[in-house]
Amino acid sequence: MTEKVSVRKAYGQTLAEHGAINPDVVVIVADVSSSVMTNYFAEKFPERFFNVGIQEAGMVDTAVGFALAGMVPFVNTFAGLFLRAVEQIRTCVAYARTNVKLVGSYAGLSDFKDGPTHHSIIDIAIMRSMPDMAVIVPADAIEVEKMVPAVAEYDGPVYLRISRTDMPVVFDEKHEVEIGKGVVVRDGSDVTLISNGIMVSRCVKAVELLADERIDAGVVNMHTLKPLDVSIIKQAAETGAIVTAEEHSIIGGLGSAVAEVLGAQCPVPLERVGIADTFTETALDPDSLLDHYGMAVEDIVKAARRATKRKRKNR
Amino acid sequence: MAYHSEKLINELNEKARQLRLDALKMIHERGQGHPGGSLSAAEIITALFFHHMRIEPSRSDWLERDRFILSKGHACAILYPALARRGYFPLEELSRWGHLGSFLQGHPDRLKTPGVEMTAGFLGHGLPIGAGLCLAARLKGLKYHTYILLGDGECQCGVLWEGAMTAAKYKLSNLTVIVDYNNVQLDGPVHEIMPLEPLVEKWKSFNFATLEIDGHNIGQVLDSLDMAKEIHSQPTVIIAHTTKGKGVSFMENKAEWHGLAPNDAQYAQAIAELKGKRRDD
Repeated sequence: MTEKVSVRKAYGQTLAEHGAINPDVVVIVADVSSSVMTNYFAEKFPERFFNVGIQEAGMVDTAVGFALAGMVPFVNTFAGLFLRAVEQIRTCVAYARTNVKLVGSYAGLSDFKDGPTHHSIIDIAIMRSMPDMAVIVPADAIEVEKMVPAVAEYDGPVYLRISRTDMPVVFDEKHEVEIGKGVVVRDGSDVTLISNGIMVSRCVKAVELLADERIDAGVVNMHTLKPLDVSIIKQAAETGAIVTAEEHSIIGGLGSAVAEVLGAQCPVPLERVGIADTFTETALDPDSLLDHYGMAVEDIVKAARRATKRKRKNR
Repeated sequence: MAYHSEKLINELNEKARQLRLDALKMIHERGQGHPGGSLSAAEIITALFFHHMRIEPSRSDWLERDRFILSKGHACAILYPALARRGYFPLEELSRWGHLGSFLQGHPDRLKTPGVEMTAGFLGHGLPIGAGLCLAARLKGLKYHTYILLGDGECQCGVLWEGAMTAAKYKLSNLTVIVDYNNVQLDGPVHEIMPLEPLVEKWKSFNFATLEIDGHNIGQVLDSLDMAKEIHSQPTVIIAHTTKGKGVSFMENKAEWHGLAPNDAQYAQAIAELKGKRRDD
């Protein structure tokens, strides 16, 4: 059994640590501090912590004010709740290009128990469509720890997507991240699995099952959806078949981003693993919810089979 | 509170008249714009930019400069000439307003226009953003004051009241909000579209200090801005009673002049009316 570590705890603790390094970092939250774990920061830097209550739109605008004054606001709520502030984000963060860091926690299906209101399956599609918005989906707790300082020091608006669940550990302490640069987790020659978030660990598992079928699959961790690492997609396309895997609707997310590059620059068979165009349901645990909505390891394996089959047909 | 001489008040009235002429010229030339809410804000903008605020156009990145956000961004036809005449950019640029490639956008853009502190266009953002600016000033030990100009229709936006709660929670006495209460919004009279009254009581219940003035009386505008800075325990709102389209008889109190440009004949009449009001004529 792979070790699982809480990514939201990693986020909260790293943010508190980074607060000591960068005195311009301020944290704003809309009454979910103990959930998204900004309470670590609050304990350490109470004067730089602002709980504004249940007002997501106002919270984003207030963060914009901090950014105008040269500070680095981390704005925190559930990923799904940022939908309330989409116009604020478009106008005052993206268009006005203010240095605001939006942290959408409880993302994807990770808040399995609270149901589809709390599941966030379209956030990436919206954020990715905004000019100048960087969009980042870390794969495990280590990547979160590495990403928080990078996000704080990045010059411009960022949407950072954090899961509620304990995620399987993929990387070790030596892991390095650079915003906008994909990570080759494993090379393969028959097909490349491009994924992010919790689906990276599931792709790594799929590789073992595919090996049994003599399909040599590579894995790319595309932690940054925007700015997108086009060169790593073109490199992956050299295997002749691509599978994308994401904890998000297949409309507008990673699968769409990769399809946009493949379609324009290097068409190869592409299979997308993600949530079909549907709302989800409540479940008792996050893993069975992912499995139920088509993001099981077996779904990745099947998609890889289909992609490699299409590749052979094309030849 | 500072004494404001008659000479100063006369100078500022003349400046406001000039800004109105500039605004109408811009709107007429472009064939687009929002005359009603631009004309109603002329004295408020004049008092802030030509007397009250601590700003240095040559040092637009001065950390201690006062901050102004035109939350009712559609009134930029009165802001742009104020910025130009205050020295942020050449006056000639005003005639390029809205042209492709001009740094004067249809609504204010902080990245393009010198002197514009924050982008605006859709309503409701200014106050919550101002709260952030004021909190940051406090953290950084900066003494700047933040001014937010709201429209009255804008007071129908929920997000504005979210910002009001934040400003009150943190007792942001370095924040002054001004409501350009001209009683008319795009679709008609404010009291018909969505009543705001009792507006002063609303702000009071949100823990703001409130001042009520005639927003076309420069002396009252200056006094209220001074008084707001003397209040050290809470944010202040100045409810400025104004007239939509102020200074042009056929535009006054008419919703149709919210976002309509005058034709040549209307423009000529408007200019004649405004010039007729010159005190030394």
